[in-house]
Amino acid sequence: MVPITPSHYLVLSAALFMIGVIGVMIRRNIIVVFMSIELMLNAVNINLAAFSQQWQNAVGQVFAVFVIAVAAAEAAVGLAILLAFYRNKDTLNVDEMNSMKW
Amino acid sequence: MLETYVVPLLKIAVLLNAVLVSVTYMVLLERKVIAWVQVRLGPMRVGPYGTLQPIADAIKLLLKEDITPARADRWVFTLAPIVSMVPALIAFAVIPFDREARIFGYRVPLYIADVNIGLLYILSITSISVYGIILAGYASNSKFPLLAGLRASAQLISYEVAVTIMLVSMVATAGTLSMVGIVDAQYRSGLWYAFVQPVAFVTLFIGGLAETNRAPFDLPEAEQELTGGFHTEYSGMRFALFFLAEYANMIVVSAVATTLFMGGWLRPFPNVGALSVLDFVPGWIWFLGKTFVFLYVFIWIRATLPRYRYDQLMRLGWKVLIPLGIANLVVTAIVKVLL
Amino acid sequence: MFEATFFYSLAALVLGFGVMVITARNTVHSVLFLVANFLCVALLFLGLGAEFLAIIQVLVYAGGIVVLYLFVVMLVSLKGVPEGQGSPRRRAQLGFLMSAAVLAEISAILVYSARHPGNVPAAPAALQGGNTETVGMLLYTNYLVPFEVASMLLLVAMIGAILLAKKEI
Repeated sequence: MVPITPSHYLVLSAALFMIGVIGVMIRRNIIVVFMSIELMLNAVNINLAAFSQQWQNAVGQVFAVFVIAVAAAEAAVGLAILLAFYRNKDTLNVDEMNSMKW
Repeated sequence: MLETYVVPLLKIAVLLNAVLVSVTYMVLLERKVIAWVQVRLGPMRVGPYGTLQPIADAIKLLLKEDITPARADRWVFTLAPIVSMVPALIAFAVIPFDREARIFGYRVPLYIADVNIGLLYILSITSISVYGIILAGYASNSKFPLLAGLRASAQLISYEVAVTIMLVSMVATAGTLSMVGIVDAQYRSGLWYAFVQPVAFVTLFIGGLAETNRAPFDLPEAEQELTGGFHTEYSGMRFALFFLAEYANMIVVSAVATTLFMGGWLRPFPNVGALSVLDFVPGWIWFLGKTFVFLYVFIWIRATLPRYRYDQLMRLGWKVLIPLGIANLVVTAIVKVLL
Repeated sequence: MFEATFFYSLAALVLGFGVMVITARNTVHSVLFLVANFLCVALLFLGLGAEFLAIIQVLVYAGGIVVLYLFVVMLVSLKGVPEGQGSPRRRAQLGFLMSAAVLAEISAILVYSARHPGNVPAAPAALQGGNTETVGMLLYTNYLVPFEVASMLLLVAMIGAILLAKKEI
């Protein structure tokens, strides 16, 4: 069998990233859009960890920890905005979130 | 071949059986101890002094009718008790019962795996078990369990933060994350860590009480408050799985507290040579004894203290335990640097 | 041999769960598939030797962030929300076109770099004591400023989330 090189991990992370992009584009429910963004961030983390193993340098993992921290902050604030929006407009469809004032 | 595959599988089989038998008998222990505290006798009919009661309970629960609420999510309804039970069981993989024992001439280490991040592993497994409660509340398709499930999981994740900060100061004291390494550090320093870090000890125990939804923090499953909480709609074996998961979590918390604070498998005063006459008692007996003491204290507290209200509970977790944990961490760090 | 089966089965699970996340009808099922995806990615990190990252993935991502998503889904579903379908066909075609383009680009980059291997920069010696100690030492010495900035970011996000989601101030 072909030994597992970091290129395998890169292809996997590219595919996972694409799944996230498709999710953002075709789903109308905003929570699913947020989850697809998390899929994309995970793909980036796989990439960083694969390179960290290839160069035997732990900096990739440090960067991945920072990505996880930023994802946590973004998820918290994004979901809070979503909740506030939902209380006022009573919808979760991204097509209907299109007015700057009401 | 024998050592990499067969021995761990045998250990897993023995450990799972032991855990499942002990959680069923913990039900009996709790009923008996609470009864004695309340000056009555508890289960006495089934078997001598009620010792076969858990078997009767298990048969009753297995033979009950399997009710699923109408328009409930069938997959999630079945998944919730499983997600509650499995993390409680797999947390036992890193708990060291003894360094090694001689069984049939083989030297066998009495733990399934000694990963060098053992403590973090247990912490992450505990954070997965929150899902069982949320999913149980959601899948019942009814207002009471949903709100109760959300409240229970909010309680769990709040106390998780406090427990994590306390565990960080323990890791700073011991210098390693591996469970076997922490016991070794206690052996080298000659003192159980309960005397070196009393604040962390008490706080971890309180956090463990809250993490396992035990009294006085058991509002989520109190019958008088929320008609049974998140397991209102469950009956039969699924209900039994929730309760067994709670008792298994109790055993995990007791075992972790024993390893971190009471010296694991070490005998009292491990460095004092004069007491080495006690060495004929094998290490795992000390471990099980100390864990049993913690379980008894769990049940004792349940029989004695009244229940916290939900806002008092959250205030305790966020406003008292977390600042205490951070202060403990700072003091530990300063002491480690100065000494 | 074991490594290959481990990688391929985990990769299939990761991608399969990812597809289920974006195609499940029920939002709660989507969130559950996301949890499964994150757990499989944590196993992948273990396979790559990044054990600290794997545990942080389970502890923070699967055990914290996705719980937050589940909370919001439950709070929103208390009132009952039907998801309107816009025009999924055109969006799907656009999405597939874009993803095919990016996938072609990435494959071209991989093939190119496989043909022209560059210089391997000298790796600093790994510290004694394993992965967690190495990551911790790097976080607190070389990357101390990003660490402090990230903690400020988390503090601000926490305050902002509480403020935005409150019912009345």
